[in-house]
Amino acid sequence: MGYAFSSGTELLDLTDKHGTAISDITINYSAEQQNLAGLDILGEMQRRLQVIREAIDLGMQHAERSASGLSGGDAQRLTAYAPDVPLLGQPVKQAITYSFAIMEHNARFGRIVAFPTAGSAGTVPGCLLAAAEALGKDDAALVRAMFTSAGIGMIIGNNAMLAGATGGCQAEVGSASAMAAAALTELRGGSPDQCFQAAAIALKGLLGLVCDPIGGLVEAPCVKRNATAIANAFMASDLALAGIVSNVPFDEVVEAMRNIGRSMPASLRETAKGGLAATETGKRVWCAVMGDES
Amino acid sequence: MSWQVFDIVGPIMIGPSSSHTSGAARLGKVVHELIGGTPETAEIQLHGSFAEVYKGHGTDIALLAGLLGFAPDDPRLRQAAEEAQQAGMTYMISCVDLGLGHHPNTAKFSVVRQGERLEVIGCSIGAGNVEIVSIEGIKTNYLDGKFETLIVMQQDAPGVVAEITETIAREGLNIAQMGVAREDRGERALTIINLDEKIPDDLITELACDERILWVKVLPIIY
Ligand code: SF4
Repeated sequence: MGYAFSSGTELLDLTDKHGTAISDITINYSAEQQNLAGLDILGEMQRRLQVIREAIDLGMQHAERSASGLSGGDAQRLTAYAPDVPLLGQPVKQAITYSFAIMEHNARFGRIVAFPTAGSAGTVPGCLLAAAEALGKDDAALVRAMFTSAGIGMIIGNNAMLAGATGGCQAEVGSASAMAAAALTELRGGSPDQCFQAAAIALKGLLGLVCDPIGGLVEAPCVKRNATAIANAFMASDLALAGIVSNVPFDEVVEAMRNIGRSMPASLRETAKGGLAATETGKRVWCAVMGDES
Repeated sequence: MSWQVFDIVGPIMIGPSSSHTSGAARLGKVVHELIGGTPETAEIQLHGSFAEVYKGHGTDIALLAGLLGFAPDDPRLRQAAEEAQQAGMTYMISCVDLGLGHHPNTAKFSVVRQGERLEVIGCSIGAGNVEIVSIEGIKTNYLDGKFETLIVMQQDAPGVVAEITETIAREGLNIAQMGVAREDRGERALTIINLDEKIPDDLITELACDERILWVKVLPIIY
């Protein structure tokens, strides 16, 4: 296994050794793991990009609320909003719009690509599609950036966790933000080291975030946390490209996330028993969702 | 587990939840494959978080979709209740407490098809992945739908497991992993074997000839 990696340091060493980007190493490693040609791997990723685009289109077309009433319509609302002096840059606004379309589509039982999970499915696609438009990048570049994000996700999955039920929202939305930050950085021409700086900075910003979905549904706070993750990813990518480095390297930030996740009480790990889920509103929604069935 | 690219960018799924919708559909699909098609009747019991929040996630609908043989990304998942009616599958879904040892996202199925009755317990372990924990009350290992898998219910007697593995070796197949568990000594035992290649029909026929073997099933890769 010439391209196998399990940590950030190992992946970075491989990019150094082969003089290539994170995406190349991840593509080669996947081809090895799945015993497939690199081309098939790229084709499969392209297919996923297609599903993402369909989800965005369908998500943008609808404004009705989901069955629980907790989400829906915000993708259209944000599209329509055009302040005279926009303070949030257009690419970030566009990325958030796309992520809302995906998340609202998901809440309406639509077809999506978990990335890495359903709750965080808007973050990486939103960032990458909006950035590719702004930078004039084609699908080939977009697909490669998806592999960059996946490489970061694999490292987090192998060394910590990617599920709210095991590590809180830091593991879902935090991981997605780190994945997006690295991918954005590669897409913009950053070095592999800058990609890892971006991932480290992004993940640090969301460490400790708990998983507290109202009624246990993947809607609130999940939809808007994707917006948080997106803004955080763009910020981290810019810092890394400016040459700013994280004091704590990526692998150690992942380790910190794992330890924080392990010490989180069950009430803050997707059980809908704490945090926002336990607020007055959270409890009211829970009763409304479960109520009409007994 | 060692994560792969399409575990991270994936699965492609019908929302809203990878564990409560996608994983539930996959569990139903395993049962569909094990009983050889869409059951005529299905009793599903939900445990833990499945029981608590199934409604908002469409866990019930997803389980039915799987029993009908739909994949987790099949858009028909949404209308699985109507599809079940059309397919003539009657079902009952209830909430139970299976006890502390069970994963929070667990479902217990009792299904009947063409006179055969089967009881399966499985759980959704995250990101759309599943694990079958028992068949007919016998604990199972290595049953997650990620390998071509041979499942043999046999009498717990000396030489039966050797007979199974020898038959596999004669067919030139490679065993990736295997596990054997039994009810009580001398009663029924269940052998689960993950294989690297597709299981040929004559292997199943040959095994079924042995009178100490009660039944043979194949679970194909369902990802
Ligand atoms: S709050 Fe929980 S369910 Fe929602 S996105 Fe975060 S981790 Fe996922």
